[in-house]
Amino acid sequence: MSTAQGYNFAYLDEQTKRMIRRAILKAVAIPGYQVPFGSREMPLPYGWGTGGIQVTAAILGPDDTLKVIDQGADDTTNAVNIRSFFQKTAGMATTDRTREASIIQTRHRIPETPLVEGQIMVYQVPIPEPLRWLEPREGETRKMHGLAEYGVMQVKLYEDIAHYGHISTAYDYPVRVNGRYVMSPSPIPKFDNPKMDNSPALQLFGAGREKRIYAIPPYTRVESLDFEDHPFQIESWDQACAICGSADSYLDEIVTDDKGGRMFVCSDTDYCGERVAAGHTGEEQAA
Amino acid sequence: MNKLLQVTDLSKNYGSRIGCEGVAFDLYPGEVLGIVGESGSGKTTLLRCLSAQLEPSAGRIAYDMRTQGLTDIWSLSEPERRMLMRTDWGIVHQNARDGLRMEVSAGANVGERLMAVGARHYGNIRTEAEDWLTKVEIDTGRIDDLPATFSGGMQQRLQIARNLVTQPRLVFMDEPTSGLDVSVQARLLDLIRTLVNRLGIACVIVTHDLGVVRLLAHRLMVMRRGRVVEHGLTDQVLDDPQHPYTQLLVSSILPV
Repeated sequence: MSTAQGYNFAYLDEQTKRMIRRAILKAVAIPGYQVPFGSREMPLPYGWGTGGIQVTAAILGPDDTLKVIDQGADDTTNAVNIRSFFQKTAGMATTDRTREASIIQTRHRIPETPLVEGQIMVYQVPIPEPLRWLEPREGETRKMHGLAEYGVMQVKLYEDIAHYGHISTAYDYPVRVNGRYVMSPSPIPKFDNPKMDNSPALQLFGAGREKRIYAIPPYTRVESLDFEDHPFQIESWDQACAICGSADSYLDEIVTDDKGGRMFVCSDTDYCGERVAAGHTGEEQAA
Repeated sequence: MNKLLQVTDLSKNYGSRIGCEGVAFDLYPGEVLGIVGESGSGKTTLLRCLSAQLEPSAGRIAYDMRTQGLTDIWSLSEPERRMLMRTDWGIVHQNARDGLRMEVSAGANVGERLMAVGARHYGNIRTEAEDWLTKVEIDTGRIDDLPATFSGGMQQRLQIARNLVTQPRLVFMDEPTSGLDVSVQARLLDLIRTLVNRLGIACVIVTHDLGVVRLLAHRLMVMRRGRVVEHGLTDQVLDDPQHPYTQLLVSSILPV
């Protein structure tokens, strides 16, 4: 596909890309540390993935294959539009297949298919500061990161247990990267937290409105915060996926009619489709 | 006995204005020092300097660190000083809202310092929090309630529990009883006195209420216009004031 006339490759000008790449290099050098960068106005509103798009634009090359997912699916509005944006401005290949992608931009999920070396995950982050909930002052949160004063993150989890009997934080669950910086993993479900630990892929996080970039280099330790007597746990379901029968993937509950009908299906559409193609079936198919 | 706190020639200027000037005193473990004076006399400035919330313009504040003896607190690195402030020291603010996290429960408020120094066992933190709520006479049934639902006196007691949970050796209190009605004040004073006596905590209390210092303080400093005008044992200063300003202050107490 030919690229749009009048735009630089991947929309951003080369100076901006250099600036973002420098921020990315710094972020990779200090895992989990939030690097400020000069976030640009993008042709879509804040909150729609401007941070992730800028990171993707800065690392994208003509030989890359891009996959964009929103809530695990490749065919939702946000994903379709970001993918076509890069098709128009960069003209590189795109895919729905996790295995074929060299760059995967996401907001809510990490694909179920294990990532491999050489792949890059780009997360769109709304609120990069995990301490913001208890400390509104930016100067103070930076100091707390600098001195590794992370007691208040524990206070947040304490509150969960005190009110609900268990750690009820289900997404954006705080993690400690490489034993040092506490980091907000963007709104992925805590189900995906273990996938970040020692991942062979490079993970980059971009927050456009908040103007921060941070990163987890490949094979880096990522621990979810918890208490000794309330250890970190991921979600589990009674059902398997109604379409592909997978019992170990993250399931979405879908209301099918107005009579209380509902089904549970894989949130990762590519993973689900691959399993169906390989002959797996769920109760929906079997019935 | 070793000095716990040694203050020499402490001054704080706000531009050309004087906050406090030439303050010097020693504080020993378990001792309660009262600082009195009218509004604007520099009491709170002095307390904020002493408790490392405000950097003094001149002078030295040395604290008896558990590991290294008397050390100038401004020669410590910032992490060391912040660690000192939330472990070996306590700071009780005049307004409980300044000292509490209003958006988390009472239990989390008490447990925060424990978690800050590395406690990671929910059950133990909670037991400790319940224990301290009992000590400051707050019903343990309110442990999961927000401090905003507490009365003024309860908030002040919660603030005290939150500070004492790490067993500090020195607590700074800025007008801990102002804004409370008389009977609640009396109960709070009684509580502070009992806790300070039982735990052997040294205390610096700033107040404009002479009744408070008579009840709590062993020694008294009277401040006026940023300077200490009289310094001595509490009963001595209150019963036989030497400085004209102290005489005025003592005679201004309304007889009941």
